Amino acid sequence: MTNKNLLQISNLSKSFESSKGFFRKVKNEVKAVDGVSFEVKQGETLGIVGESGCGKSTTGRLIMRLIEGGKGKINFEGQDVQSLSTKDLRKLRRDIQMIFQDPYASLNPRHTVEKIIEEPLIVHKIGTKEERRKRVAEVMDVVGLSPYHLKRYPHQFSGGQRQRIGIARALVTNPKLIIADEPVSALDVSIQAQVLNLLKDIQVEFGLTYLFIAHDLGVVRHISDRVAVMYLGRIVEIAEVEELFENPKHPYTKALLSSVPVPDPTFEKQEIVLTGEIPSPSNPPSGCTFHTRCNSCMDICKAEKPVLQQIQSGHQVACHLF
Amino acid sequence: MNCDNVLEIKRLNISFMTDKKKINAINNVAFKIKKGEILGLVGESGSGKSITSLSILGLLPSPPAVIEESEILFHDLDLIQASEQQMQKIRGNRISMIFQEPMTSLNPLYTVGNQLLESVQKHQSLSKSEANDICIHTLKSVGLARAEAIMNEYPHQLSGGMRQRVMIAMAMVCQPEILIADEPTTALDVTIQSQILKLMKELNEKTGTSVLFITHDLGVVAEICHRVIVMYGGRIVEEGSVLDVFKNPQHPYTRGLLKSVPDIRNKQDKLYAIPGSVPKPGSIQKGCYFAPRCEFAKDICFENEPEFVQLTEDGHRSRCFLNENVGGATKNDK
Repeated sequence: MTNKNLLQISNLSKSFESSKGFFRKVKNEVKAVDGVSFEVKQGETLGIVGESGCGKSTTGRLIMRLIEGGKGKINFEGQDVQSLSTKDLRKLRRDIQMIFQDPYASLNPRHTVEKIIEEPLIVHKIGTKEERRKRVAEVMDVVGLSPYHLKRYPHQFSGGQRQRIGIARALVTNPKLIIADEPVSALDVSIQAQVLNLLKDIQVEFGLTYLFIAHDLGVVRHISDRVAVMYLGRIVEIAEVEELFENPKHPYTKALLSSVPVPDPTFEKQEIVLTGEIPSPSNPPSGCTFHTRCNSCMDICKAEKPVLQQIQSGHQVACHLF
Repeated sequence: MNCDNVLEIKRLNISFMTDKKKINAINNVAFKIKKGEILGLVGESGSGKSITSLSILGLLPSPPAVIEESEILFHDLDLIQASEQQMQKIRGNRISMIFQEPMTSLNPLYTVGNQLLESVQKHQSLSKSEANDICIHTLKSVGLARAEAIMNEYPHQLSGGMRQRVMIAMAMVCQPEILIADEPTTALDVTIQSQILKLMKELNEKTGTSVLFITHDLGVVAEICHRVIVMYGGRIVEEGSVLDVFKNPQHPYTRGLLKSVPDIRNKQDKLYAIPGSVPKPGSIQKGCYFAPRCEFAKDICFENEPEFVQLTEDGHRSRCFLNENVGGATKNDK
């Protein structure tokens, strides 16, 4: 791992509008991502965790500009992603690839595996037909699929194998950054372990950088070097993985960590059960968005949004307690 | 907890008919649910845990399902042989069920109150206001403070966690003897999941309702269950108290499963992964179903199916040839 930033995000925001009422006049704004800043260093894995609706997937998609209209700055290797032309954007997508959650929905059922994996090479006009074939065979081998799988269709594979196909497709263009959006949450435990090990192996082999989006904290701890915790569109805490899990600062992070069930009946945990539900992002609470469920809520929390600030080297928290 | 059994599955064999052949999905499954206990049923997708639970309430569509040589005893009544009329008196009344996805199991066109009242009025002869009181009381007992208002709301107005609370209220409203919960927290976020698990534990302690808790999450089992059954390929491979199974797992599959969960408490360098994937139902004709993925498999494992051996007196059992040599173990022919 070097100290060079591969990706730098500053103050990224995105809101979706929905309209309702007579003549759809009432505009309702949902702030999916609200002023998110972080950087991803070359060769590291940055995990983003949070519960549903916290904006973690939207963040991933904004970086690839799969969702347009994000405000703020996205800097990938010195180029400003937000202002790229369509042509340059295509080049960027060769360097940033994505792995999706549902291996059943993200592979075209009418294409053979060979076609699915070869397609990014055709789109990016890489190599001759021969060279492409060779490259496809190479990545198939890397992800642990056999050459006889090439002519088969996605429905002939199990969930774990399909996720391997998705990984092969992401690898084939030799990307620098892979954005993995819940890549193992649809898989069974025994298969999940195989895929996580594979992701770790290829990271070392090809020097990849990961942005790993997940809701499972055990998985995130296993794969990440640094972790960002999101709540209702904002990052509430970001730190090195060991620091975050051993020494969490934000009340939300503490509660989140304590509510994960541990597969050990003798483990006595200090559970902090949060009261209340996750507020709707279309009508977030004032001030700190977490104050409605927080155990240590003060008056200032209801009025003022806390900013993300450094409390130790590499450990940032957005909370009025610090 | 006393040792009366509220439900005893003596044996259960379920197959599914396809165009070409009959595929076996559940093979000789047998277990008991004791009064007041929370029994966990764990396994990966395709292990047959949901089919087992559906068959208890007679909810499997037949055809394609074929239930043969089976006996499920609820007190003295065999639920397999029971008439539809008898089943209707049991379903939702003495045995009720919660499903994984609360949005799809609630009717979007009726208010919460409507759906709750239906089950109370069907099973108990009560006046409308009495039934209403019971519903509001039950909603409050599952932690919904605005119970009166929620009675008049529709499912889409509630959040995921609240919907699951409504589902639990609906299942508990007739004070059933058994609650079957099929992955009740899988669709929920962890902070909401811990609220629901706490609620189910409290209800179990307060009302003495036995719970059959179906899940794939070993962490949840360790948190809430008293006993656990591990299923693989339509068979029970291990059974025992949660402490025995988690601290001293005997079947290689259980061991592998426990090792492959990433631990939130410390970072491992490499995860243990069980090689291969779950075999398709009916693809393995003889021998131990787990043998092709097992690192300890011997020749005999591919030839004969191991018996379900009792290992300790308090009912820790495992289906593996490795366990048959254990000294002092009594062979149990199930």
